[in-house]
Amino acid sequence: MAEIIVEEKGKGGKRKAKKHAPHIDMTPMVDLMCLLIVFFMLVGAMTKSKVMEIILPERIKDPAKQEAPRISASRTLNILLGPDGKVYTYPGSVKPEEYSAVPPILPPLTETDMSAEGIRKILVERNRTLAKRLAEFDQQVLSGKIPISQDSARATKSKMKNDDDTGPIVLIKAYKNANYGNFVDILDEMNICGIARYTFVKIAWYETLMIEKAAGIAPTVTASAK
Amino acid sequence: MPKIKLPTKSPHIDMTPMVDLFSVVLIFLMLTTTMRQPEPANVDTPFSISETKMDDFNSMTFLLAPDGKVFMNFDNGPDTLLAYRPKILAEMGKRYGIEFTPAELRNFQEQMSSMGVPIMQMKEWLNTTDNNLRTSLQTGIPMDSTDNQLANWILCARQVNPNIKASIKGDTKTKFEVVEKVLDILQDKNVNRFNLITNLEEAKINLEEIQQ
Repeated sequence: MAEIIVEEKGKGGKRKAKKHAPHIDMTPMVDLMCLLIVFFMLVGAMTKSKVMEIILPERIKDPAKQEAPRISASRTLNILLGPDGKVYTYPGSVKPEEYSAVPPILPPLTETDMSAEGIRKILVERNRTLAKRLAEFDQQVLSGKIPISQDSARATKSKMKNDDDTGPIVLIKAYKNANYGNFVDILDEMNICGIARYTFVKIAWYETLMIEKAAGIAPTVTASAK
Repeated sequence: MPKIKLPTKSPHIDMTPMVDLFSVVLIFLMLTTTMRQPEPANVDTPFSISETKMDDFNSMTFLLAPDGKVFMNFDNGPDTLLAYRPKILAEMGKRYGIEFTPAELRNFQEQMSSMGVPIMQMKEWLNTTDNNLRTSLQTGIPMDSTDNQLANWILCARQVNPNIKASIKGDTKTKFEVVEKVLDILQDKNVNRFNLITNLEEAKINLEEIQQ
């Protein structure tokens, strides 16, 4: 197939042996190079990992001077990550006089899972207005109705999230037997459902109790262990 | 009518320019790819929809193995002359009264994989060439309240490179207690922004689902 072109000089009968140009078949070499190029391109594209950014609220160092931000209980949705990938939710908050009573009066937990039918449905339900606006905006950008760059689309979306005051405020709490995969999954769910306000907080002792009761584990905490 | 006779010459294609081009592309790709360093622990990262790419430089990565060990990694910065890694190690040595020789520092600079060696064993780890001993020394960075070396590594890294960003690379099965502890230490040191390293996965909710 491939050959090195040699200038043919018809000088005379004596050099007849040189008429055949020295062929070097380069096809295998080309094949090999093709493979190597494909390999390196794939390796280069795959090594870059993707990241999800999470910003936690600043630690309150001086409780006397700083006060924890107050949020309305009607907008609050607590998500508790339980053992074995179970997810529990309860709305609102537990008042101090309720959990310090003997035995503590605790709200019932709703059990769901990480699937699209589980927690995502609950979140979309509560976040309908914002989720609808975000999804419509996405569709308009995709169909080209709003000509906008990717960066400004992202900025517009984060502004929409900031201005929202109807969606839930989600507090994520993890039981000690939950794993890192659940944690990332739930944060991912927040991004999918376009929840504007969510944060990760430490689990309270009475919430541990609630999970253990719902999951049928022997209670490991008592009121004194707070 | 006689057929028109074409000159019987096989259709030669000269492949030399193609080979030239391929070699140039190949050499370029070979030089630009940085091979992934083998990590001391096998970690399967969880999936998310995030498409943000990780920064190449100015990052400290916490590797959380499923067995609860914590490893750390730093990069050398956008310019190799900056050599952040040996500076961080030297700073860390100062805090614990250990002086590292230039050879040890260079060794630490060239080793780009995560490390989980307690600072007291660091000298031994850097000087040995025995692979078994090296792995057995990787017991995870201590982070108890009495000897919180992880917190000191964070402090040193931020002191050497103020622009450093924290990323967390955890296994799906890592217990949340470990993650919470690392997050706690980071928050104590006023690091409130992290990147969680994940794999990409598609997920969408459609408009009809919301409107129902």
